[in-house]
Amino acid sequence: MPLALLAEQVLNGLQFGVMLFLMAAGLTLIFGVMGLINLAHGSLYMVGAFAAAAVAGATGSFLLALAAAMTAAALAGALVELLVIRRLYARDHLDQVLATFALILIFSEGTRWLFGSFPLYLDIPAALKGPVTLPGGIEYPRYRLALIGIGLAVALGLGLLITRTRLGIRIRAGENDREMIAALGVDISRLYTVVFALGAGLAGLAGALVGAIQSVQVGMGEPVLILAFVVIVIGGIGSIRGALVGAILVGLTDTLGGVFLPGFFRLFLDPASAASVGASVASMAIYILMAAVLIWRPTGLYGARA
Amino acid sequence: MRETLTNLVLLIALVAFPAWALAVDEPFLITLATRAVILALAAVGLNIALGWGGLVSLGHAAFFGIGGYAMGILASHAQGYTPLTEWPFVIEGTKSMPVIWLVAVAASALAALGIGVLSLRTAGVYFIMITLAFGQMLYYFAISWTAYGGEDGLSIYVRNGFPGLNTLVPVQFYGLCLAVLILVLALNAALIRSPFGLALNAARQSPERVRTVGLDPRRLQLAAFVLSGAITGLAGALFADLNRFVSPSMLSWQMSGEIMVLVILGGAARLFGPVAGAILFVVLEHVLGGISDYWHVFLGALLLLIVLFARGGIVGLIAGRRGGP
Amino acid sequence: MTVLAARNLVKSFGALRASDGVTLDLRAGEIHAVIGPNGAGKSTLIAQLCGSLTPDSGSVHLLGEDVTALTVPARARRGLARTFQISALAMEDTVLENAMLGALGAQGRPWRFFRPARRDPALRDVAEEALARVGLSAHAPTRTADLGHGQRRQLEVAIALTMAPKAFVMDEPMAGLGAEGSKTLTGFLDGLRDEAPILLVEHDMDAVFALADRISVLVAGRLIATGPTAEIRADPAVRRAYLGEEA
Repeated sequence: MPLALLAEQVLNGLQFGVMLFLMAAGLTLIFGVMGLINLAHGSLYMVGAFAAAAVAGATGSFLLALAAAMTAAALAGALVELLVIRRLYARDHLDQVLATFALILIFSEGTRWLFGSFPLYLDIPAALKGPVTLPGGIEYPRYRLALIGIGLAVALGLGLLITRTRLGIRIRAGENDREMIAALGVDISRLYTVVFALGAGLAGLAGALVGAIQSVQVGMGEPVLILAFVVIVIGGIGSIRGALVGAILVGLTDTLGGVFLPGFFRLFLDPASAASVGASVASMAIYILMAAVLIWRPTGLYGARA
Repeated sequence: MRETLTNLVLLIALVAFPAWALAVDEPFLITLATRAVILALAAVGLNIALGWGGLVSLGHAAFFGIGGYAMGILASHAQGYTPLTEWPFVIEGTKSMPVIWLVAVAASALAALGIGVLSLRTAGVYFIMITLAFGQMLYYFAISWTAYGGEDGLSIYVRNGFPGLNTLVPVQFYGLCLAVLILVLALNAALIRSPFGLALNAARQSPERVRTVGLDPRRLQLAAFVLSGAITGLAGALFADLNRFVSPSMLSWQMSGEIMVLVILGGAARLFGPVAGAILFVVLEHVLGGISDYWHVFLGALLLLIVLFARGGIVGLIAGRRGGP
Repeated sequence: MTVLAARNLVKSFGALRASDGVTLDLRAGEIHAVIGPNGAGKSTLIAQLCGSLTPDSGSVHLLGEDVTALTVPARARRGLARTFQISALAMEDTVLENAMLGALGAQGRPWRFFRPARRDPALRDVAEEALARVGLSAHAPTRTADLGHGQRRQLEVAIALTMAPKAFVMDEPMAGLGAEGSKTLTGFLDGLRDEAPILLVEHDMDAVFALADRISVLVAGRLIATGPTAEIRADPAVRRAYLGEEA
């Protein structure tokens, strides 16, 4: 396998991974702090992508589009939190699943109603179009490299937020003992809305960034949501570090699995069978990884030990 | 008890409605009713794991789809006159429903065993996410399995056969599906009252208590999960036969959500809850779907209202609090 | 004869040594009370005896068998019955159903799917008898969530009875009971010791002194004294650490 191809695939895996991280980080924060499982996170991803597409179409500015994506998603998140999510904190997980699933239906069909069934297009900004030459003569799309950079920057930013700011302290305290911080006078309602909006904003950002390389359409968020769940299961609920490690593992497994598994099967199958078996196994690779982690650590790599 | 009365009314409706449709010669309505009955069966399966077992399985479409593909694979080989495999011995396809059902039930039970063993190593939110993930895994696997249609799915030209019946006649196929549903409901009723049902229900409420008396809640839940998957798998085979079509969409997260919605609409842990939910769903789909392509918005709003304000579903609203079994 | 024994149990949670080499035993025919201030490690001790917590080191023996590696259900099947301080009951079920659950566990045959449980005499008779003994017969059809606090305690004891256990481990059964309730339960437990010995963790000193043959005193994870009731009552170290001067 030529080095250039391998390097390109590894970078693709990384890029996939950091975008997953943006989703997973929000989800794991929301669960860690509020104890809430949120299926509507994929809808917020979609809202971000649609907002970006709409604003980019109107103004031609990608930067504005990104800002719009994060703002729209965060606002949508805050609204949803105030109107619906608030009533769910005391409920059991089944109720949270059902209510947020209901939100998916409302968001998805509502978006389809407003924008129609055809995908919207979001263009990669001119400044980031085209390849960049990396050491070793490897050519890689500039935009994807930028995504990796943005993702890692967000990871760093989140890490600093959690460890160095007052909000971060409250988040960490809330993850440990919800009742305690209420007793200590922290405004829980405000904290929850802020955390939910933060998670939503990250999802919206991811939606916008990925929307430029895939398409912007209804239902784009749910497959990513489910993958983010896989990431959280692997990484451990409530752990940002776990979300990052899990996301990169998932990204690399999916990308490299698709590349190497058909080749692996060619060792003992004919090329045609190897290609199809390889493709099928590759499609399951992430879940096999998840199952393997579960057998070894039921609460994830960085999750609370039972 | 009001619940028994409600159940009776639903049962009568299931017999009376198609009889009426037959009388006014509206075979489409019979097909609609068949759809409701099959979806009810799928939901009855989920209800065992979800309502009584307390297992929030968000991946039950996996079993629905496995049942569907069991039918699709067997029937497609039969209609193509090619065997499934010739090694180690020849396995031919079949268009006989009893055989297909047996395979569908066995395959989904096996899958439920595997998924259950892995998923029950965890609890709470992890369990929900993992079952969702496994459903998704099978979905992508089905898409990649081009031998059986991949994303486009598999068409079966003629409905499979059942000895003694002409399954092409809508009301006969309906009667067959209804018979299956009633049989499964009877088994479900026995299960709830049985020692196993007592233990399973207690495991949902207080796993600690169940352990303290010497029982393992996880083994009980695994058994319920396997049974649950098997029943939903059977429904999948029937569904594929109804539509004479099977595709990866039967394995999608949307399908999993839909089956769960059926249970909740009608009332979880109520014997006829899934039946009420399925009937309501099909009615809404038909009526609201006729008015607007975006009727899912209303379904979502209805579901939200039920979750927030009418947690017991239809049967819960009508019958009030549950009495003893 | 030693029915239940803890040998050198050590359990730490981070820097906190909840059990610091605890050794004690429960002999046939006795009621052995374990007392100590809050935070002494009584709950941790019970959890390790019953199997919900694994000790860092040390062992637990039931009827001579080393059960340290066994799960809660496994120990329950070998004859260990536990009652909880904070009731662990199937709240939506009726009192009778909870009692039948105990019988079901004891008989170890939950894999029956067809005959109704309430028609099974093996389950029903055992359950009804246990409920009669604790005085809950009238409440058999009551939903457990509707029971008063004291009645839930009684139900916990009833379930333990259905298991026909070889040893009882009771975690503060008197907690939350009024004077009347405590007296009744004390009288009941007094007669129970002949069926199976009771390891009793309690705060209610009246009950302890009325019931206990032996008392062990747990302070900061360590057993500071153990012996016949009269001895412990008089022990100056115990008085200093826990009882105060009024005992």
